[in-house]
Amino acid sequence: MSDADETLDVAPTTFSPRAFRWQRRRASAADFWSRFRGDRLALLGLIVLLVFIVMAIAAPWISPKEGLSAVDSIDNPTWAPPGRGYPLGTDNLGRSVAAQFVWGSRVSLWVGLSATVLTIAIGAAVGVTAGFFGRWTDATLMRLTDWFLVIPFLPLAIVLASVLDRSLRNVVLVIAITSWPGTARLVRAQVLTVKQRLYVDRARALGANRAHVIRRHILPNVAPLILANLTLAVPISILTETTLAFLGLGDPTRASWGKTLEEAFNAGAISRNAWWYYVPAGAGIVMVVLAFTLVGRAIEEILDPRLREGGA
Amino acid sequence: MSDALLELRDVSVTFSSRRGTVRAVDGVSLDVRPGEVLALVGESGCGKTTLIRSILGLEPLAGGTILVEGKPVNQRQRTLRDLRRRVQMIFQDPTGALNPRHSIYDAVAEGIRIHGIEGNEPALVADALSRAGLRPAERYMARYPHEVSGGQRQRVLIAGAIALDPQLLLADEPVASLDASIRGEILALLRDLVEEQGLAIVAVTHDLGLAWNIADRIAVMYLGRIVEVGRAEEVLAAPQHPYTRALLSVVPEMERVEQQILTGETPDPSRIPAGCRFHPRCPLVASGEAERLGILGRCTGVDVELVQRGDAHWSACHALP
Repeated sequence: MSDADETLDVAPTTFSPRAFRWQRRRASAADFWSRFRGDRLALLGLIVLLVFIVMAIAAPWISPKEGLSAVDSIDNPTWAPPGRGYPLGTDNLGRSVAAQFVWGSRVSLWVGLSATVLTIAIGAAVGVTAGFFGRWTDATLMRLTDWFLVIPFLPLAIVLASVLDRSLRNVVLVIAITSWPGTARLVRAQVLTVKQRLYVDRARALGANRAHVIRRHILPNVAPLILANLTLAVPISILTETTLAFLGLGDPTRASWGKTLEEAFNAGAISRNAWWYYVPAGAGIVMVVLAFTLVGRAIEEILDPRLREGGA
Repeated sequence: MSDALLELRDVSVTFSSRRGTVRAVDGVSLDVRPGEVLALVGESGCGKTTLIRSILGLEPLAGGTILVEGKPVNQRQRTLRDLRRRVQMIFQDPTGALNPRHSIYDAVAEGIRIHGIEGNEPALVADALSRAGLRPAERYMARYPHEVSGGQRQRVLIAGAIALDPQLLLADEPVASLDASIRGEILALLRDLVEEQGLAIVAVTHDLGLAWNIADRIAVMYLGRIVEVGRAEEVLAAPQHPYTRALLSVVPEMERVEQQILTGETPDPSRIPAGCRFHPRCPLVASGEAERLGILGRCTGVDVELVQRGDAHWSACHALP
């Protein structure tokens, strides 16, 4: 190998750690995929997710943005049932429900994913810090976590959403602030068990500092848990976004499924029996949430050794 | 004294629990010279593992000092890192001590990376593995701990430790978790490291027979204290402390001595008895020998210290002259 050096007094070796590491990563990715593929429901969830993701990305090409504007829809029939030019009908202002559905998927997926990433980032940072450093750091952070945990979630979210500006970014922030404590507790518990392992003692005996122990031993053992938690937290974020939007606390300038439901409710779509107005948004939420749950459950089962026979 | 590699001066380690403070190690003084094998013998719970963990700074000291080559060990990160290159440890449970997610290569390379040792990393790892008896090294590098046997895992730990070229190796029950057939090989490997590389070893064991196999000197520990220390052949052939004699009498190879089974459990280190801490289990007290010698009052009331009785042979017992 290129990195063998003749000037050394020890025998050169043909072993290349870098190549080996990549080979190992490829092997474990292949292993992961073959396990995942064995779970039909998870595969179905993945396909549903991919369809929605493609739809969200391709929204401008599928459905022109003008369809969302009441001004541009002024000539359209109102409360038109699905058919002739309006695949999902129109609403009380003559806007295309199909356009709202397509564009709404963007907001739901984007808010769901980014709020989850932020939630997990806060939760993981707090959990790792509290679990690893222990003592007063742990006590302080855990009291803070408990404090957030006992605050009733919806009232806090409503208060925050009404105090802050009505923007998508603030919706993400509100969701993250109210939902990180669960992740923090979960990660802390895992860090506490990993910290007790003898190989952490060995690393310390080898001269490792805290950064090394966290990077090489703690994080790799917590990462699968975080990843599984991530996929399972997305549906919660999406539902929260829908809730906030339905309560009129979302971004008023963007079409989201929650906002569609709110407007349909306010316009009296239910009493008019205009099912085409609210069913697509509701079905979209249910499908995305279910798809994420199916995928997340499968990932959790594959990555979390406690859910797998024989361990990792 | 200054020629000692490791000096322990009145070292204490305490743990606080809900029931109060536990003195796991209670005033231990000990020297280890370069290239020497010292066996630390005692029952489980006597503080021997805690003592060697404290040498590496894995347990904070409650009192006393530890000097490595005359320099005191403290909890400062930089001193600790330097210390942890010159002193290395191998653990009782090699399975638990190896991260299951790391390959054997990574496990051995870990110390090399931490200390930024110069040189070609794969070559250094290969060298350490083959010195630890895993040859050809290439065959083991790409494996994971669960893919090799227990004895090989212990060799991986030894390779990881000697990759740093330490002067002192702390071995915590190095063969206790291994099959009898593998024990001899690992002991021979440790002995070779001492003879070929001038390594000093402090080996913790509960097995006097093992101590007899590898040790130059033996220190017998009871309830956080050293009760007898001396050259291995002297301690084994002419044990002075009644506790050492009791331990020795149950070693199967020692046929000539009458077995003395100690009564009672190892006392609780959170409630250390007054006087000689061994007196509630001491055969001399139980048989009335102490009373006949007129020292019973001292046994139950006066703490004993190590006293030199013979050439470099120390023991702590009121009944000895």
